[in-house]
Amino acid sequence: MPESYVPKEAITHGDGGTAALAIGEAESLERPPGAGPPSAPPTGKPRGLWSDAWHDLRRNPVFVISGLVIIFLAIIAIWPQLIATGNPYRADLAKAQAGAEPGHPFGFDTQGRDVYTRVVYGARASITVGTCATAGAALLGSLLGALAGFYGGWGDNLLSRTADIFFGIPVILGGLVFLSVITSSTVWPVVGFIVLLGWPQVARIARGSVVTAKQNDYVQAARALGAGNRRMLLRHIAPNAIAPVIVVATIALGTYIALEATLSYLGAGLKPPTVSWGIDISAASTYIRNAPHMLLWPAGALSITVLAFIMLGDAVRDALDPKLR
Amino acid sequence: MGRYVIRRLLQMIPVFIGSTFLIFFMVYALGDPVAALFGDKAPDPATVQRIRRDLYLDQPLWKQYLHYMGQIFQGNFGTAFNGQPVTELMASAFPITLRLTLVAIVIEMIVGIVLGVFSGLRRGRSVDTSVLVFTLVVVSIPTFVSGYLLQFLFGVQWNWVKPSVSSEAPLDELLLPGVALALVSLAYVTRLTRTSIAENARADYVRTAIAKGLPRHRVITRHLLRNSLIPVVTFIGTDIGALMGGAIVTERIFNIHGVGFQLYQGILRQNSPTVVGFVTILVLIFLVANLLVDLLYAVLDPRIRYA
Amino acid sequence: MRGATCAKWAVGAVAIALAATACGGGGDGDSAGVVSASWGDPQNPLEPANTNEVQGGKVLEMLFRGLKRYNPKTAAAENVIADKIETKDSQNYTVTLKDGWTFSNGEKVTSKSFVDAWNYGALLDNKQKNASFFQYIDGFEKVHPEQGTPTAKAMSGLVVKDDKTFTVKLNQKFSSWPDTLGYSAFMPLPQAFFTDHAAWVEKPVGNGPYTVDTYEKGNVLKMRKWDKYPGDDGAKNGGIDLRVYTDNNTAYTDLQAGNLDLVDDVPASQLKNVKADLGDRYINQPAGIIQTITFPMYNPRWGTGKEKVRQGISMAINRDEITKEIFQKTRTPATDWTSPVLKTDGGYKEGLCGDACEFNPGKAKQLIKEGGGLPGGKMTIAYNADTGSHKDWIDAICNSINNSLGNDNACVGAPVGTFADFRNKITAKQMTGPFRAGWQMDYPLIQNFLQPLYYTGASSNDGKFSDAKFDKLVDEANAETDISKAVSTFQDAEKILATQMPAIPLWYQNGSGGYSDRISNVTLNPFSVPVYNEITVS
Repeated sequence: MPESYVPKEAITHGDGGTAALAIGEAESLERPPGAGPPSAPPTGKPRGLWSDAWHDLRRNPVFVISGLVIIFLAIIAIWPQLIATGNPYRADLAKAQAGAEPGHPFGFDTQGRDVYTRVVYGARASITVGTCATAGAALLGSLLGALAGFYGGWGDNLLSRTADIFFGIPVILGGLVFLSVITSSTVWPVVGFIVLLGWPQVARIARGSVVTAKQNDYVQAARALGAGNRRMLLRHIAPNAIAPVIVVATIALGTYIALEATLSYLGAGLKPPTVSWGIDISAASTYIRNAPHMLLWPAGALSITVLAFIMLGDAVRDALDPKLR
Repeated sequence: MGRYVIRRLLQMIPVFIGSTFLIFFMVYALGDPVAALFGDKAPDPATVQRIRRDLYLDQPLWKQYLHYMGQIFQGNFGTAFNGQPVTELMASAFPITLRLTLVAIVIEMIVGIVLGVFSGLRRGRSVDTSVLVFTLVVVSIPTFVSGYLLQFLFGVQWNWVKPSVSSEAPLDELLLPGVALALVSLAYVTRLTRTSIAENARADYVRTAIAKGLPRHRVITRHLLRNSLIPVVTFIGTDIGALMGGAIVTERIFNIHGVGFQLYQGILRQNSPTVVGFVTILVLIFLVANLLVDLLYAVLDPRIRYA
Repeated sequence: MRGATCAKWAVGAVAIALAATACGGGGDGDSAGVVSASWGDPQNPLEPANTNEVQGGKVLEMLFRGLKRYNPKTAAAENVIADKIETKDSQNYTVTLKDGWTFSNGEKVTSKSFVDAWNYGALLDNKQKNASFFQYIDGFEKVHPEQGTPTAKAMSGLVVKDDKTFTVKLNQKFSSWPDTLGYSAFMPLPQAFFTDHAAWVEKPVGNGPYTVDTYEKGNVLKMRKWDKYPGDDGAKNGGIDLRVYTDNNTAYTDLQAGNLDLVDDVPASQLKNVKADLGDRYINQPAGIIQTITFPMYNPRWGTGKEKVRQGISMAINRDEITKEIFQKTRTPATDWTSPVLKTDGGYKEGLCGDACEFNPGKAKQLIKEGGGLPGGKMTIAYNADTGSHKDWIDAICNSINNSLGNDNACVGAPVGTFADFRNKITAKQMTGPFRAGWQMDYPLIQNFLQPLYYTGASSNDGKFSDAKFDKLVDEANAETDISKAVSTFQDAEKILATQMPAIPLWYQNGSGGYSDRISNVTLNPFSVPVYNEITVS
């Protein structure tokens, strides 16, 4: 994630999400019949949306491969010592920025620490930030967005304009405030901060797709049959509005990991002794000329992770979109 | 339509108040800016007291905020610590950043849409796959890395362009920073266009147009593209705000003295007038951009009308 | 279709914005003989008594000449406008000015130019950040009381005798006081400064070898040679364009690309390749800057009784390796609390710190153990993260300490987001562990390396160190009229620091710079500021 205030891609991604957002933003649009909502319910097959998607996914090599990569990453995040026997803190300054040598396949960083060991140990913090921040932003954002989209009115306006304000907060200012207020050196302040910045996107997407889903015939039918608000939201609207949220979340996960790197670059990210890809990438970024290996390996690990999650998201979205069948 | 626009404009007032207060509070939470003015030396208490009184810093937060808002309504955005009025900073910074943003948007639109159309029309083939890999790689490289790399390669190694931007920031010097800034958004425009094109290519109106015997390029540009651009336009609309204020890293690497530079300085020096003023304007730009995007829908998709 | 009309407005608005931004630019018209140099945006308006950091100091060095100037090579304080500064008792001074000095607007430099400027700088109402430099002048407490409002507009210790003579009465004996007068706070000011202050700040007028041509705040300051400059150190180039950079890496890249002539701060990340890039156009020479790790002596975990721990930490740091690997020898391991630019006569004494500044992991471990161990078994070293340049060496110091103690997590760097926050925590005595400190001398005197930093209650005594014996020796040294005796008394005081170790001397910082093949005769003065007026352009 480069440098927008907030992961901008999350705003509009995926067919359903975007078109829905268009309507969501322009509140009083009239949609003539015929301009059918994008996330129409699957038709023709007896299976439900979810089992349908799962059926597709299992056969999709993209999904299988990216899934395996993610499982592998999760394993080394939990037990880094499985594949790295070294010590990520052990520094031998005499080896500063030295290249690869036997036993140290990725070379050394500026402090003379083994890059391979640090890349392996960095997975934990980076992936924790990615998954927890995504989960937090997705839950908070979809809950608020869905409520706003469903009930509309002043609450909806309040939410949309609050989101606008959050879009305006510079990442660096927020990061610095957070860093100066919270002195804990764990990953949680960073996670909390990213959730705080990330929820408005998810809320927008969720709100937009709920607004679309609300107008569907089957929802009107359910209402006519006397379904309560809660039941309509949970049973009829949510399942059909959740696809874009899932898609956005999987993409955002990757970009949140990269956002941590940007925060570290600005001096507002994770703090040592935590080991993370972001810390190492930002430390290496100015040494590109003399020691490119310092940047290459953690950035490579980050890229593979982002790639895996985006491909996973892509596969999931395709599986959930009946029109692409 | 008119009422719709007016309502949206009216909603900006609470957003304006809310965002100014939030940013004001955040800068306040960063702490007292006065000590830093004295560098590594301990500040002399009498002078500090005077400066604090002059800056209204000895008042409680709400009084400071009211005072600040009072000044804003008289057109006074306060001054930076070097004595420059914030309005002057804005007058020099916003045009530069606006130019940079436009360069970035033009790049991401042209390249992104062309790539997106190609890969969307050839969904699943090798062109599509290579564009996909390219975009994913671009997405996963942080800007500060690609920025330094572009600057070094083009500016020093090959010496094609100046590695930094002069104070006037003419358009040609902004090309390289524009590319660095556009890279990530470019990836998204590409992917958005691709999915949208792929979806619409199967639509009935396209089939009809082809059946009518219209030439292929005409079908693509007139019918297919026009209808596929809504998500792209939405994205670019939200991107304007993000690009303008979010260019802190790019502006720093290429030494562009725009909004990102002023914001960064203001934040580091904890100068609330600078930070609050700039962010407030950014939020307003963001709101206007979103409004314009909503209005543009009506042009791209005639089915959409405003009540 | 009403939507379309609206869209046309929108398109029109964008077009107007485009047109509005397209203008600007315009020819630069780089005149011959002008040097472009890197600069940082100064924090404060460019008033002499309000400029306390090196970026503003660069401009004042070009724009002003005072009673004295520090020789760019030897750092000795030499008379410039002062003809003579005489005293019999180290407390009452008579200053006589030379003839022929004027400001660039034609106004003569007289006694009044100095006395008015100093009174302006000292007066609390003017909120000048260097006001404390006038604290030794009699009557300072009346114009700058610690509480309340000033009861006088001018210091009683300053008396104008005639156009070329004025007297100064100090409130204490201070034998080396005349040598402090090369500092920028003591520069003379023209009447225009007082009569039309706003205009002066927009375009400062001084009496130095350059004049301000245009000043675009936050962007570029164009200084041009003043042809009628009366001094003998006139500019050897047509002018200097100071360009503001936020990132010294960009400035360096610009230099490499031939887009900039002079960089006075080579970023740490480029030090490895700087010789390959620039060859002999790379400058690396000692400057009056020392870096230390200062302990919060007010904190019981680190203060009294913890001498052995403090010394042990000092001995756990491998200064040689860090200066070599991290700084590529642009720092020299420190063995005292001053700087080599003072020279031996001025008070620099190699090895004064003794064993306590030698790397000795075994002894370090032992001393820390004897002293009761690190408080809580851990320590942090605080630094400000916003400049981005401190992280590498703080981490290296911590790694060195960890290696010495055989504990991977004994020491860890503690970044503070902004410099302002960092300073606030220090001033408010909120530091719970050691923190980085850097001291750049104001004037090349041993007094300046000791008194402001370690004297009880002194202005930059960040660790709040207090030692009666140290204070007494400093007082004695200040009253001493014989220079060499004064210096050795200061060194006696310094030896107390070696036993107490309130701050660990790390290394002396060099000034580093690089320049293009367009210019030559580039050197840095002891303050690590380029000697701009000597630069020649080919």
